[in-house]
Amino acid sequence: MIAIDEAPSDGRRAATLSAETREQWSMFGLALPALLIVGFLVFLPVGWLFGLSLVADGQPSLVHYRRLLEPAYLSIFTQTFQISFQVTAMALLLGYPLAYLLSQIPRKVAGLLMICVMLPFWTSILVRTYAWMVLLQRRGIINGWLIDLGLIDRPLSLVNNYTGTVIGMLHVMLPFMILPLYSALVKVDTSLMRAASNLGATPMRAFFTVFLPLSMPGVIAGTLLVFVLCLGFYVTPALLGGGRVIMVSMKIQQNAAMYFDWGAASALGVVLLAATALLFWVISRVTRIERLFGGS
Amino acid sequence: MKIDGANMKHPRHARSATLCVLTLAAPAAWAQDLTFTSYGGTYQEAQREALLDPIEEEMGITIREDTLTGIAEVRAQVMSGAVSWDIVDLGLSDCALAEAEGLFEPLDYDMISTEGFEESAYSDGWIGIIYYSTALAYNTEYIDTYPASWADFWDVEAFPGARALQNVPMGNMEIALIADGVAMEEVYDTLSTPEGVDRAFAKLEEIRPDIDVWWSTGAQSAQLIADGEVDMTSIWNGRLDAVQEAGVPAELTFNEGLLSLDCLAIPRGAPNAELAMEVLARMVEPDLQANIPGLINYGPTTSLAFEEGKITEDETAISPSAPDNLAVQLPISGDFWAENRPAIQERWDAFITR
Repeated sequence: MIAIDEAPSDGRRAATLSAETREQWSMFGLALPALLIVGFLVFLPVGWLFGLSLVADGQPSLVHYRRLLEPAYLSIFTQTFQISFQVTAMALLLGYPLAYLLSQIPRKVAGLLMICVMLPFWTSILVRTYAWMVLLQRRGIINGWLIDLGLIDRPLSLVNNYTGTVIGMLHVMLPFMILPLYSALVKVDTSLMRAASNLGATPMRAFFTVFLPLSMPGVIAGTLLVFVLCLGFYVTPALLGGGRVIMVSMKIQQNAAMYFDWGAASALGVVLLAATALLFWVISRVTRIERLFGGS
Repeated sequence: MKIDGANMKHPRHARSATLCVLTLAAPAAWAQDLTFTSYGGTYQEAQREALLDPIEEEMGITIREDTLTGIAEVRAQVMSGAVSWDIVDLGLSDCALAEAEGLFEPLDYDMISTEGFEESAYSDGWIGIIYYSTALAYNTEYIDTYPASWADFWDVEAFPGARALQNVPMGNMEIALIADGVAMEEVYDTLSTPEGVDRAFAKLEEIRPDIDVWWSTGAQSAQLIADGEVDMTSIWNGRLDAVQEAGVPAELTFNEGLLSLDCLAIPRGAPNAELAMEVLARMVEPDLQANIPGLINYGPTTSLAFEEGKITEDETAISPSAPDNLAVQLPISGDFWAENRPAIQERWDAFITR
């Protein structure tokens, strides 16, 4: 005990430092393969795509970017952000109460419920999307029930449109919201809530002034994760959107695969990436991003 | 005999001699081979049985097979000068585009007979091998009045029901003009003017609120009509056959349908171009083309195929290119779309997303 309080001699400090440096180097060595993979498989192709987006007919050109200002492309971007925003907001509204519940009940029960949250997460996105198609169709199960119950006379348009896309995406995204929320909420010290009510706060007040602020890292992490994943969605809007919902990723596919126009596809990819990076930057200004993912 | 002697004394030399013989013989054997590339699946299986097998037997050659997904791969091979395909099967607009880009060897029409072909079914660099239709289909389960023309499809009062169309301009521009009263033979003259394109989009604008789904894959259109998600849609005729075989009460009218085709072509710089020309000429002859409808419901491109006695009456009735059905349809112009697709597609995208 005494030894710890003592200031280490210079020699010992040097030894500790070199041991630390050695450890850092070996850590770096261990991380190197992953870094190389990221370098080669992420940064190089992104750089290459960026290069492609600046060339048209063999000449340096901004034509691919200029085209993005046309109404057709602008509406695709607007639609992509609008859907992503709506899905994120709804996932938060639905996910927060559930994550709150999970954080308050005994761990064992919570674990069981968590499996229910994770089950869809482990199911193929394609399978889930087709399942929604079956459920939401004009003569599908949900419309069938609603008509049988006499709640509606004519089937609602639940799929092959904006609504169907949002429902399908929300289902896919919910676990991505709940998981970071849950991990933040279980860390909130419940005795703080008791202290708040001890000091006369109503449960409502205690929640909004104590619990909610403490859970913000989870809220921001979940929101960010879901929003960014939404921006790149492809399968669900393609299958449930009925051709009327076009998100950026679908346009990229169309440009690259159908028209062989890599320049246009690359420009779209670069803008989407830049938008995502910008979002990260803005959020990193208001909060410390590494904390969101469990760092300190 | 000398070799035999050498064999016994110097087994090692003998082995290299054998190798020599093999290497010398190999190119000769390969010269009698070529590679045919198509879209795979049941379509290519039918082509194998109907066309390739008989030709292999007749000509004593081996035809290898590969698959492709469209013009991009042909373009890549020709551009890089590493062509490994001798005959390719492509969709109509790809054929026209590839020809315009100079990706095909010119076809030798002294060798290839076009008797019985529509004039729109062949060009300098490609020749049609099968027809398919994009036609009006409807599910009879939930509607009482059945549409028989595109004008009916547009008439949502007289023909109520949910509707779908394909999410591409090709075909829909033509359909819109026909629905607007343009005679089929004048459709491309009209579409070739800016006013004609405006007119088609205006007509599409009219039906847009009533289109429930803009479908993008053939499977999707089949699912829509089979599940009753829509009551009427444009559909590829082969897809509707499958829906009907599944027991769904769906019908199709060839009236004002759009005929499209797949073509055969020889990529520029094909390794066995000469032999490919011979094989291609044989593939499009009526007696072989007549084998196709019994295997898969695509229509022969020469009307003479229907006189071979191989195609049954039932098959003729549902064949997209049987003379009676051909007469009421409009062949899609590959040249028009090769030239105008990019511009019209941009406008189409704006139309769809708005």
